[in-house]
Amino acid sequence: MSNTHTVPEICSQVRRDIVRMVHGASSGHPGGSLGCTDFLVKLYFDVLELDPANFSMDGSGEDLFFLSNGHISPVWYSVLSRRGYFPVEELGTFRMLGTRLQGHPATKEGLPGIRVASGSLGQGLSVACGAAQAKKLNGDDRLVYTLHGDGELQEGQIWEAALYATQHKIDNLIATVDWNGQQIDGPCDDVMGLGDLPAKWAAFGWAVLTVDGHDLEDLDRVLKEARTMTGKGQPIVILMRTAMGRGIDFMEGTHKWHGIAPNDEQLADALSQLPSPVGDY
Amino acid sequence: MNELLHMSEEDLAALPQKDTRSGFGQGLLELGNSNPNVVALCADLTGSLKMNAFENAHPDRFYQAGIAEANMMSVAAGLTIGGKIPFTGTFANFSTGRVYDQIRQSICYSDKNVKVCASHCGVTLGEDGATHQILEDLGMMKMLPGMTVIHTCDYEQTRQATKAIADHQGPVYLRFGRPKMPIFTPENAEFVIGKADHLIEGNHVTVVATGHLVWEAVLAARALHAEGVSVDLLNIHTIKPLDVQAILNSVHKTGAVVTAEEHQRAGGLGESVAQVLSEHCPTPMRMVAVDDSFGESGTPAQLLAKYNLDAAAIVRQCKAVLEASKTCA
Repeated sequence: MSNTHTVPEICSQVRRDIVRMVHGASSGHPGGSLGCTDFLVKLYFDVLELDPANFSMDGSGEDLFFLSNGHISPVWYSVLSRRGYFPVEELGTFRMLGTRLQGHPATKEGLPGIRVASGSLGQGLSVACGAAQAKKLNGDDRLVYTLHGDGELQEGQIWEAALYATQHKIDNLIATVDWNGQQIDGPCDDVMGLGDLPAKWAAFGWAVLTVDGHDLEDLDRVLKEARTMTGKGQPIVILMRTAMGRGIDFMEGTHKWHGIAPNDEQLADALSQLPSPVGDY
Repeated sequence: MNELLHMSEEDLAALPQKDTRSGFGQGLLELGNSNPNVVALCADLTGSLKMNAFENAHPDRFYQAGIAEANMMSVAAGLTIGGKIPFTGTFANFSTGRVYDQIRQSICYSDKNVKVCASHCGVTLGEDGATHQILEDLGMMKMLPGMTVIHTCDYEQTRQATKAIADHQGPVYLRFGRPKMPIFTPENAEFVIGKADHLIEGNHVTVVATGHLVWEAVLAARALHAEGVSVDLLNIHTIKPLDVQAILNSVHKTGAVVTAEEHQRAGGLGESVAQVLSEHCPTPMRMVAVDDSFGESGTPAQLLAKYNLDAAAIVRQCKAVLEASKTCA
């Protein structure tokens, strides 16, 4: 698939998967999923060193990715299946009884590509720190990536992990933040303002990069730059300016589509805005 | 078998004394030397947890987490992904209540091979008072699916348990404490997770004890023996999974049971035993445990007495349950 389709084509297909999955389950989180689609497709199809056909928990010799804001599982499941971790047909079981595609990512059902449960926010950066330290102990020079919501940064544990990564010079770790300025109850600035995020991360000792999270060329630049900055004694964070609901006009830029499903009419409207270059599941 | 029952008072007083946390520290050091996958994390209590020896011997495998326990638990979960066997160390309060969600999601639900090692449990923490004397941790930990819950009784058993849990695949909660206690379990006895130690054989009343209160139960058994009451004493070092057969075998013989633990009645060993007995063999029972109360400052001995957790309390409850079993019969 990655050989025959371009990243923008896969992005469009993944966005179709997201709205169809959430519609099919009558629940789920389309807003953040759509906003992180460009980044995750770019990361999984163009950046990470992976072996999807032979998934192993330890991921030895591979790059690792941890989704800390587990509620955007639709985009992750779509990207994982489109990348070859499991059959795309399984996307149709999202959130249904007996599925491996639980509402929030889990390891219990054995879905390939997932190494820790997430959903209760704020834990993924710490888990990634541990996984990165294990890679160092094992002499494995591949990298560890994470994704966090900006609202998630209100969790105190994130900042515990931020201190820890700096203290222990975890320089094989690239954290990324979906900086869309929205959370369930409204704009982050109204709910619990995050202030000057780049300055906050820098003050915690991190190397800070920013990017337009929907500009694939800019994402290419920042991900390459981040990689050149690894191995220098400092953890790296990429703050990605994004729009919640990106790619579907009536969902874009509002917190209202954080966690609700489109009805039949809204689904048809959404799909009419998104070509299906790869083919629906 | 009944050496502890018949040992002279002089010999009993001459037993060497050490704290269970030192057994953990020694076991961890030995593990570090024998198993290169063992790593350790500590939240600014390295001296209190006796983890210095491991840190000095294996600085590359020791991670200081600072006063940030939530992060420490999730980092430990991450370390398992690369095949490591992390042992986290802090007080029991900060190992459980403070980090319950991290243990629940990152460790237990994700089936991560983390060993949560918790010192300074219960009222025998002493003078620091109730903020630090957690009495709810066994309940919280045993409710988590997949969690193995262990509470050892002396230095030697804690040393052996520390080494044994490294070979067990899956999350473990290991609870131990601060005060120096007599060492009464045999040196180098094999520690089998889930298998009760039958410490004293008797036939009038079963005493099922865990942790520091196993020693109190030994003293109680000796006092009762002098009065002609014969105690069948089980040391339940593994609260989950519980050695159901050992408990049933004893209760079939005695028909009366007393549980003893440094924990709330709610959620503790007594509750687990009551569940087993109510399903398999309803039996007159009494619980020696803290009765819906927080602790307070004091010496360990004062607190064990005040909260009815000492040998005298176990004797009282044994007599009470024997009385009750006559009425029931």
